[in-house]
Amino acid sequence: MSSSTYVQLVDLAKHFGKVRALDGLSLDIAQGELVALLGPSGCGKTTALRALAGLQELDRGQLIVDGKDVTFQNANKRGMGMVFQAYSLFPHMTARENVEYGLKLKAHKTAGDKRKARSAELLELVGLSTHANHFPHQLSGGQQQRVALARALAISPKVLLLDEPLSALDAKVRTQLREEIRRIQIELGTTTLFVTHDQEEALSIADRVGVMRNGQLEQIAAPSELYDRPKTSFVAEFVGLTNPISGKVSGGSIEILGSVVKTLPGSVTSGTGIALIRPESIDVVASKSGNAKVAAASFLGASCRLNITMNDGAKVTAQLPSSDAAGIGAGATVSVSLLDMPVFVKAAG
Amino acid sequence: MKRTWGVRIWRWSIIAVVGAYLLVPLYAMFDFSTKPFGFQDKGRTFRAWQIIPSQQDLMISIARSLITAGIVMSLILFLIVPTAIWVHLKLPLLRRPFELLCLLPLAIPAIVIVVGIAPLYRWISIHLTESPITLSGVYSMLILPYTYRSLSAALDAVDIHTLAEAARTLGANTSRVIFGIIMPTIKTGIVNGSFIAIALVMGEFTISNILNYKTFQVVIAQIGRTNGNVAVAVSLASILFVLVLLLAIPTKKRRSAVLDVDLV
Repeated sequence: MSSSTYVQLVDLAKHFGKVRALDGLSLDIAQGELVALLGPSGCGKTTALRALAGLQELDRGQLIVDGKDVTFQNANKRGMGMVFQAYSLFPHMTARENVEYGLKLKAHKTAGDKRKARSAELLELVGLSTHANHFPHQLSGGQQQRVALARALAISPKVLLLDEPLSALDAKVRTQLREEIRRIQIELGTTTLFVTHDQEEALSIADRVGVMRNGQLEQIAAPSELYDRPKTSFVAEFVGLTNPISGKVSGGSIEILGSVVKTLPGSVTSGTGIALIRPESIDVVASKSGNAKVAAASFLGASCRLNITMNDGAKVTAQLPSSDAAGIGAGATVSVSLLDMPVFVKAAG
Repeated sequence: MKRTWGVRIWRWSIIAVVGAYLLVPLYAMFDFSTKPFGFQDKGRTFRAWQIIPSQQDLMISIARSLITAGIVMSLILFLIVPTAIWVHLKLPLLRRPFELLCLLPLAIPAIVIVVGIAPLYRWISIHLTESPITLSGVYSMLILPYTYRSLSAALDAVDIHTLAEAARTLGANTSRVIFGIIMPTIKTGIVNGSFIAIALVMGEFTISNILNYKTFQVVIAQIGRTNGNVAVAVSLASILFVLVLLLAIPTKKRRSAVLDVDLV
């Protein structure tokens, strides 16, 4: 445990019948850090979050928050603020009453004046001070989640737990709200655990992203490290797009597309392997004597995605800045090479 | 145009027939209750209505039935509602058996229930009290099918699991979750169930008559044997009372449109 570790999940295990939702999950979170847990459905990320909230009993493991063992503490005594995937505002209370609710309870009892001031302050923080007297049914989905965030923050939680709070919202609102969550989290310095299946969401706002699979943490790292230096083929394939291209591995390098690039730790060390190449790691230049043909080109705004068929029949996807892709359209002959970036190589077959 | 008129006529005909089916007997009751007591007398009189307050037995029975209804309502609020919430929240596997159990009083005729429960009430009247208020026990059982259906529908309409979990993480204990969060959320279902229960308690005759308790309906029947006009006047009054009660059940109001949806 490092000196700044604030939350510790130690060897958590939970089985639902034959399904192992958590299978020895361990995770440390530093104070004020935002950690996102990312993974496919059923990987155990929500179970881990619910266990930390006290809403899910564990078969095994220990939960430590601020140096105290909270494993067997009731949810109502843990002081965790949680925002749920489903809209969870109390329908018979206004936005202000919802925010004040936790402060009226014994666990966080606050005097009337202070309570009002706190709710006003938080509603302002989430940009809804003019909606304080609105009932949940008078608010849009995004507004409801903002109030839910204010309500969770009102009790000055030890840890803020976000269980896919943006998944019910439309794309534009989702992007806007996730940025606001990050702004507020940094402003208040609240230690936060964020569960999502949306990798863009996780990579864009988290200090560190943990990729989960079968109840275990595959890798936890800063977003850029996770993307550029995956430690397992699952992480490489789950986070972002990859082109699986086979080549010969030897001495920590692999030969593919006529280039030799270094392999990342954890890769296959010898024989034939399949390199998982990011579309941005592929360089494409228009050339009449090129080794490939563009099958299709998609303009994505700042970048352009090219579906390319190599002369040997292999298919790859490349993504390059739109300025570099000017003049390269479907049917163009191009020369394809690799940028000098280390790649993850998994075993063939 | 022709077709619209046809539809309108058809609609109004149905309303007229149903209205007549419901209102003609009520009018007949009113007509009978305002007829002079003697066959020779002619004209109208409200004597039957005027002497209702002077019927001491009747007034006492109304008070008793209202008290019984109040007790039944308390049992609904503090026993049936929390139990239904608990089953929905914590024991989802018991939902079907619980529902079946609650529907049983509908399947068993009142006469069968009363035969089964008579020894218990005999014991109660010998050892505890002879008050008809004790009937609130058996009435609470009789109202279960109606109350439970109403509660169950209300509980299914909202995500009570998430609401309960949200409240718990904010520091609420189980009783606060049930009484402070879930119950206000399903208020309409509780009110509906309670009003139906009151209507049932005020109108129940078979059980109280056989068990020999002087409830509202039993006293009306007794009065009816000596003075038909008064009995009919009281019956009509009780029907109107229950009708007002049922009309008071809040219908789900159309929720106002979402405001400021362009704001995030």
